[in-house]
Amino acid sequence: MFHQQFFMVGLLFVCRQIRSHVSYEVKDDVAVIRINNPDSKVNTLSIPMQREMAEVMNEVWANGAVKSVVLISSKPGCFIAGADINMIQACRSAEEVTALSQEGQKMFEKIEKSPIPIVAAINGSCLGGGLEFALACQYRVATKSRKTVLGTPEVMLGLLPGAGGTQRLPKMVGLPSAFDVMLTGRNIRADKAKKMGLVHQLVDPLGPGLKDSDVRTVEYLEEVAVGFAKGIVNKSIPLTKRKGIMQKLQDYAMGIPFVRQQIYKTVTKRVMNQTKGLYPAPLKIIECVKAGLEKGSEAGYLEESQNFGKLAMTPESKALVGLYQGQVACKKNRFGTPEREVKNLAILGAGLMGAGIAQVTVDKGVNVILKDTATEGLSRGQDQVYKGFNAKVKKKSITSFERDTTMSCLTGQLDYSGFERVDMVIEAVFEDLSIKHKVLKEVEAVTPPHCIFATNTSGLPIKDIAAASKRPENVIGMHYFSPVDKMQLLEIITTDKTSKDTTASAVALGLKQGKIIIVVKDGPGFYTTRCLSPMLAELLRLLQEGVEPKKLDLLTTSFGLPVGAVILADEVGIDVAAHVGKTMTKAFGSRLDGGNIEVVTTMVEKGFTGRKAGKGFYIYEKGSKSRNINPAAEEILKKFKLSAPPSVSSDSDVQYRLVSRFVNEALLCLQEGILSNPMEGDIGAVFGLGFPPFLGGPFRFVDAFGADKLVQKMKKYEEVYGNQFTACQLLQDHAKDSSKKFYK
Amino acid sequence: LVQTKSKKTLAKPGVKNIVLVEGVRTPFLLSGTIYNDFMAHDLARAALLGLLNKTSLPKDAVDYIVYGTVIQEVKTSNVAREAALGAGISEKIPAHTVTMACISANQAITTAVGLIAAGQCDVVVAGGVETMSDMPIRHSRKMRKTMLTLNKAKTLSQRLTLLSKIRLGYLTPELPALTEFSTNETMGHSADRLTAAFGVSRREQDEFAFRSHSLAKKAQDAGLLSDVLSVNVPGKGIVSKDNGIRPSSMEQLEKLKPVFIKPHGTITPASSSFLTDGASAVLLMSEEKALAMGYKPKAYLRDFVFVSQDPKDQLLLGPSYATPEVLEKSGITLDDIDVFEFHEGQILANLKAMDSDWFAQTCMGRKSKVGVLPIEKLNLWGGSLSLGHPFGATGARLVTAAVNRLKKEGGQYALVAACAAGGQVVFDL
Repeated sequence: MFHQQFFMVGLLFVCRQIRSHVSYEVKDDVAVIRINNPDSKVNTLSIPMQREMAEVMNEVWANGAVKSVVLISSKPGCFIAGADINMIQACRSAEEVTALSQEGQKMFEKIEKSPIPIVAAINGSCLGGGLEFALACQYRVATKSRKTVLGTPEVMLGLLPGAGGTQRLPKMVGLPSAFDVMLTGRNIRADKAKKMGLVHQLVDPLGPGLKDSDVRTVEYLEEVAVGFAKGIVNKSIPLTKRKGIMQKLQDYAMGIPFVRQQIYKTVTKRVMNQTKGLYPAPLKIIECVKAGLEKGSEAGYLEESQNFGKLAMTPESKALVGLYQGQVACKKNRFGTPEREVKNLAILGAGLMGAGIAQVTVDKGVNVILKDTATEGLSRGQDQVYKGFNAKVKKKSITSFERDTTMSCLTGQLDYSGFERVDMVIEAVFEDLSIKHKVLKEVEAVTPPHCIFATNTSGLPIKDIAAASKRPENVIGMHYFSPVDKMQLLEIITTDKTSKDTTASAVALGLKQGKIIIVVKDGPGFYTTRCLSPMLAELLRLLQEGVEPKKLDLLTTSFGLPVGAVILADEVGIDVAAHVGKTMTKAFGSRLDGGNIEVVTTMVEKGFTGRKAGKGFYIYEKGSKSRNINPAAEEILKKFKLSAPPSVSSDSDVQYRLVSRFVNEALLCLQEGILSNPMEGDIGAVFGLGFPPFLGGPFRFVDAFGADKLVQKMKKYEEVYGNQFTACQLLQDHAKDSSKKFYK
Repeated sequence: LVQTKSKKTLAKPGVKNIVLVEGVRTPFLLSGTIYNDFMAHDLARAALLGLLNKTSLPKDAVDYIVYGTVIQEVKTSNVAREAALGAGISEKIPAHTVTMACISANQAITTAVGLIAAGQCDVVVAGGVETMSDMPIRHSRKMRKTMLTLNKAKTLSQRLTLLSKIRLGYLTPELPALTEFSTNETMGHSADRLTAAFGVSRREQDEFAFRSHSLAKKAQDAGLLSDVLSVNVPGKGIVSKDNGIRPSSMEQLEKLKPVFIKPHGTITPASSSFLTDGASAVLLMSEEKALAMGYKPKAYLRDFVFVSQDPKDQLLLGPSYATPEVLEKSGITLDDIDVFEFHEGQILANLKAMDSDWFAQTCMGRKSKVGVLPIEKLNLWGGSLSLGHPFGATGARLVTAAVNRLKKEGGQYALVAACAAGGQVVFDL
């Protein structure tokens, strides 16, 4: 007997030595299981983690002295961030992925049926598989920390919650909330999660005491969770929640099959409206939920695992996962840490752009001077920033006090006072080379030698602007996208003379502003504007050929663009489009031609400059959502009418004429070295220009669609329109050799 | 506060000696009890009159009056002045009111010290008052806005249009906030987080509450609380005792449920101060003046500091920061102090903070911890948990209690500390 015990202890010791992801200790009669992936900032559900977790659970269940369990992470800002994407990517078939999903389902089923209560103690991100794990536990306690977020982001990767999530969520939070969580994939903060019924209790984060605040908060969470675990065992803490009247009513309604059917219908319709049927994952999620509720949980789990497998093999999911990985890569500074941190920033021009840049900068604790030349413009700009933060107050994501302290980092002024302290200037003045030269000289006269001059131009070559500079190594392009607080992309443009430290500094500031960053070489239109330009030129030609604006918008949105191409032109501004078009044609010649530029110049003359003027191709009225065609613009188009060659004017041709010119230009940018890799090209196109995310960007599109097929289409158009559709060398190379891919 | 005896004097060359002649307070009563019909200036007046009677100070001998208060009655926003006028003090004598959360009376006292030190005045009454039995409850902002616009409306139709805009929601009243404006967190909530951050257990808190009530009861029974006045409350008779002291047993304390963070918080009604009504006052003079008038001063007031911290996570840690600072300023150490009177708001967390090297190095920028505060010298006559805590009045109670204890216990130096919303603290020495 003695020997046996001794042997057991020895074995236990050995087991603990081997485990690297999961460990546990028994406190009184509570087993505290700690998750800690080695060599990583976050915990993910990887194969070794799952194996160790299963081992630990079996030991705990076998230990009669343990009456309850607390599950907690040792990482400060992360519970479990989700399943390991590499694990799914390593699979070669749908069956393999389905098997992975079934293993997960089985493991969580065991957790759910645990003979002793398991309390999930959540601090930091609890996403995807992490949330599914927590949902299987009997009780959930979360910290109110800002880092604590719950959610099922699988849908954004073209997947679904594949470890029981589609089955447990509807039961826990009700059908409407479950669909909302799974179909949007949004992050849910702790207090909202408590309201929804996702977690039972909240714990406040602690300030510094005898230890660091993060460390002590996790300790405290553990203490509280242990208390709850004991309370559940001695029945002082109930496992069931008391339901409010609304909740009871909702439960009653959901019990009626007819009501459920109506909900499936409405949700499906909404999904179809938003995705145009281009994204398979949301529809599969609805199917899984439906199967579970209508045919029982066995059918539900089966449907879930099979659909998970199928989705993982879809090109849509692969594209979205690629974008996710690209996004992670574009949130790193590959130029290193800059010598000086930008603590004081000046922005020239308080227009939409300037104010937008100010808004995303001040709340990061950077002091911002917003300079304009006129009081009206300045006051409008400051108002824009204030409104941005006030909207957050209304949404309760910040307090009014935080808004006020943030706003106090912003100084509005009309002169150059205080510029002697500024580390970087971003100019967002009118797109005119002589004006840019004028402000550059003015700025250099008042700023310290280390000050960086960043120009927010969408088309003018940076080297032309830098030509007026005494310190060209400090000049860089920072191309933001409007509206700055919503659009995630920042395109940074370096010239041959831009120093590495200047680039590092610009990237560091952009990252602080929360941007996804691509760094490209200088040239007319850089990368993004250059891709957009031929597409807009083609759009203009299609309009002249008599395709209705509404039809064009429908064709482009059904291809997957988030807004119709004509609306996009109105949003960008017809005057801007005209200006860019002229510059680009000047730089690249007839290859970038398309429709007659006279159309847009006439429109600008008449004041139809787009959305901002209330009139472009469409008429925009305040308060009214419906858009009507601007008949005067139609008149202009009629005046410049072209005949549509029937061989290249089918709906599909219209789509591919637009897309192929975009994609060809993107590839050309890589060929010419403007882009340093295909990944940045894809990220730029999707996050800056709205290239359909499910296609993953122009480069992944070529890989998936087939370069040869694209070249064939382009040849057909080339016959009609000439060199504008000549496939670039890189595309032709890929067409000739099908083994050539941008992504392995 | 110092009594000159064996140890060195803390007098500084070129700085006037400022003395405390006497200190009094009304009984501290639970809100909503006997002081129910009093307004703040009634309480303040009672303390003022009590002080004048006790010291036989002629009403025209006062040069200045300063009072502290937290939640102001709008009608008597300068409550010091209303109390002085009501007490029959000459209308020629100026008075003003200060506010600094729970250390408002300390601020009143240090203001008085400043007036005397600067040679502006020789005789100043400083004190504090608070009533939670009556609070200014306001109309909502929307309703106030409508009513104010209504005042300006000229025609009947304008008025009717305005009136028609009133919605039911406008009628929801607005209570005075006991939350920090900047963080929107109530003090109790913040305190519970603080105790957790310092690992103060429920047991420790219950024990401390038990100690506070037992000591207060003992002091009350032994007649040590000589600063408490007898106040005649019209229609309710004479009150001469604090009514919040409730010595009970540890078992009873253990049964109480947490009040702020439920269900896992550690602060209960016993380990937090109850809402209290009361007023306090002290008479301060320059030493020459006091001697010339024939008074025997009780103590010298030597040094003080105010500090402030992050209002979210360090709201109630003022004493930890201020103690070492004021000791260094005076050139003495923790061991030299004979009497400690600390406000009992999160005192345990403060004791732990002062005893932590990590906290001293990380948060206070000091090389090592402040030290262990000798609990056998702390709040021996009860404290804010048992006697009560009328926000504006507590500071003067602490100072008077410290002085009276010095006399009784034969000590020389006393140290007073309190924490306040906004994260500030005062120390008198």
